[in-house]
Amino acid sequence: MTSRATLAQIRFGTGLRPGRRLPAPEALMERLTGPDLMAQTYRQEDFATRAVAAQAFRSELRAARGLADGAERQAAVRAVMRDAKFRQLAISLARGVASEDGLRERLTWFWADHFTTAGQRAVMQGSITAYVEEAIRPHVAGRFGDMLEAAILHPVMILYLDQEGSIGPNSRNGLASGRGLNENLARELLELHTLGVNSGYIQRDVRQMAELMTGVGLERGREIVFRPGNAEPGPEEVLGVTYGGADPASLTEVRAALQDLALRPETARHLSRKLADYFLSDAPDPGVLEAMTATYLQSGGDLAAVMQAMLAQGAAWAPGPGRVKRPFHFVVSALRALGVVPDRIAQASRPDINQWAYLPMVAMGQRWQGAAGPDGFFDDDPEWIHPQALAARVGWAMAVPSRLRRRLPDPREFVSACLGDMAGETLQWAAARAETRAEGVGIILASPEFMRS
Amino acid sequence: MAAITRREMLLRSAILGCSAAASPLFTPVALASVPGENRLVVIILRGAMDGLDVVQPYGDPALVAARPGFEIGPASGARDLDGFFALHRGLQDLWPLWQAGELGFAHAVSTPYRNARSHFDGQDLLEAGTQGGTEGRVHEDGWLNRFLQTLPGTSRETALAVGRQEALILRGSAPSVSWSPASRLSLSPATSDLLGLVYREDPLFQPAFADARFYSDLLYGEFGGADGDDMMADMAATTRSVARAGNASAIADFAAERLRADARIASFSLGGWDTHRGQSGSIRRALGHLSTAILQLREGLGPDWDHTTVLAMTEFGRTLRENGSGGTDHGTGSALVMAGGALNGGRVFGDWPGLEEADLFDRRDLMPTRDVRAYAAWAMARLFGTDRATLEGQVFPGLDLGDDPGLLR
Repeated sequence: MTSRATLAQIRFGTGLRPGRRLPAPEALMERLTGPDLMAQTYRQEDFATRAVAAQAFRSELRAARGLADGAERQAAVRAVMRDAKFRQLAISLARGVASEDGLRERLTWFWADHFTTAGQRAVMQGSITAYVEEAIRPHVAGRFGDMLEAAILHPVMILYLDQEGSIGPNSRNGLASGRGLNENLARELLELHTLGVNSGYIQRDVRQMAELMTGVGLERGREIVFRPGNAEPGPEEVLGVTYGGADPASLTEVRAALQDLALRPETARHLSRKLADYFLSDAPDPGVLEAMTATYLQSGGDLAAVMQAMLAQGAAWAPGPGRVKRPFHFVVSALRALGVVPDRIAQASRPDINQWAYLPMVAMGQRWQGAAGPDGFFDDDPEWIHPQALAARVGWAMAVPSRLRRRLPDPREFVSACLGDMAGETLQWAAARAETRAEGVGIILASPEFMRS
Repeated sequence: MAAITRREMLLRSAILGCSAAASPLFTPVALASVPGENRLVVIILRGAMDGLDVVQPYGDPALVAARPGFEIGPASGARDLDGFFALHRGLQDLWPLWQAGELGFAHAVSTPYRNARSHFDGQDLLEAGTQGGTEGRVHEDGWLNRFLQTLPGTSRETALAVGRQEALILRGSAPSVSWSPASRLSLSPATSDLLGLVYREDPLFQPAFADARFYSDLLYGEFGGADGDDMMADMAATTRSVARAGNASAIADFAAERLRADARIASFSLGGWDTHRGQSGSIRRALGHLSTAILQLREGLGPDWDHTTVLAMTEFGRTLRENGSGGTDHGTGSALVMAGGALNGGRVFGDWPGLEEADLFDRRDLMPTRDVRAYAAWAMARLFGTDRATLEGQVFPGLDLGDDPGLLR
């Protein structure tokens, strides 16, 4: 029988940390609703700084074009940008490894994926971490409506889903230029971020939402502005509620629509289901869903209350097998189990991070900040554990630990240190029979018990 | 093909249980009788390819009117196909194939997916190959797997999904292989056996590990050619190659290599088709990858190209009208790209619905006039001799095959 304290760390946190006292399960919520210590300990650069860097990146690339040594110059400019991104990855990993507030890290990963942004565009280079840091992370224990506003009206999202090119066809600038709407952000807002697909909205709602958002634009690639000259005149009706129509139009009406969307019952159901999927099971207990949805609606989208409602349900603590960890989670929990010093991770060089974190995660199916579309990475376990991805996970488990620790732990002790009472008999037996320490540790980290949560 | 070791035999007999005796892997005779020499490659174009830009109906004046900012027709560098349609210049490297009848298109096609225009549900339905009305539910299996179930004399190697992602199109009860170029499982024999035991009880890890062992051994020798000296160097080398093996050329090379051996069906995905902004540049990149994939398949397949049909299909099309940022938004009807030496190409198949507002779906999208599954079904019927009842009942439940479009030579 697995103890709740162990499950709390493995299922809702970033894993056991051998040698540390196991906190009580109640600590999950206490820490989540307390200060964000990891954000203070391991700081990420803010968006304003990154936006300046992205602008410099673009202009330096442009300046090098056509020069005799242009190719080398451009390579050097790109290397500086890559260094910055790998520094951000190193810090994100270090937080997960060091944190005593693992639920906050898990929720940040979850919501960053829910509000996925990605992209190779120069104007977004190196900025996605800052977007997560500013629009997502401060709200994971706050109100969903606030996160929604912060994420949708963040420059990185505006760029990613092409909002800056959406112009009201009958607006002043639309009539003058003959240009029109771009539906991308409005559609994903309804389909992915709030109501959920097939929840009852129709194409007309997408169009109307897109019209309402015309006018939302970006100044110098970094500040959200409202351009009345781009705004489609007249009111818009989204899901039966009328917005806009004021002259001049303003951002206030867009914010009002976002807040309303956040409080819709379809949104409550969609988000509760997705959270339960992520932490518990792809077929979550209906009682858990009901409790989460009801709490969401009663509390006006208070995400800490929703998590509390999940954790209060007995079904949330049902013994495994739990969901398969995504590659980032797998790597963080393995580094944590191995006792790798977080500061060493935070300060690791680009080649190091590339070799034992970034490239292996690509091979496991998760290119960091590189989801293929705005729906983020997969939800289903089979999408993570197919032969070629499992081969990459096993390869990592066998090879990387001995690279990061001079002396590996004894597999017979390591198995209970990193899995507590969740290790099965076969695993304990197999770990003790490995030919070398490295292979014993590898078998443990590659086991279903460790790969699942 | 590498010899199957005793250990593999034991492992496989443990997996297959009572059906082991029926497995073709145990009888060299069955192994040789793969289902003929014909080959099918299915490419999933993720993100909703704009069929109206790839195969441009430049003869329809409504196209130019709806897309003032686009480069359209032979006047803008597209290749004239038949006086009405023109081929986007992003596919100009495929022109010799068109001339040889090895490239063709079907226009105004779609899956049964309508109205919601979600990439993710649209792609799921395209791969599941079902009738629709099941959006949002988890699809149990894909149409290529159901098709595989109907073929006699197949083995696990008959069908292959290439890439870093699991392929819904091949998910299902018929064994197939999912592998990425350069992927490799390199373990000592003892560790491999211990891990096999650790995975034995887990219904997800057990088959994935067995397949990884099988395929890695097949490609690299037993135990992935492990020498056990430096696992980190091994992993780093493998990881680097795997991480870089995601491009169209590497994927197509690998697929061709397996198709020349025992595979007869291969599937992989190409992304980059969601062209909401600056379509002229972004679609050219995506078309470049598609073009590379087709040319690499042709080169890699050598003489077997003559027995091969490639179908490249997408979840839905895009709006007729250009949007506010030089792109197009999610639509309905699109085009099917076909290639291969087995193709009776050099033609654009399909009934053209027209582009006047009244002709459009929802007054905005190209109206689909035929189910894309019907073309796939006719190709399979001709390549593998599958009968109509099986295709309409089992492979694509609910589909009406209609008349034979005569896709193949």
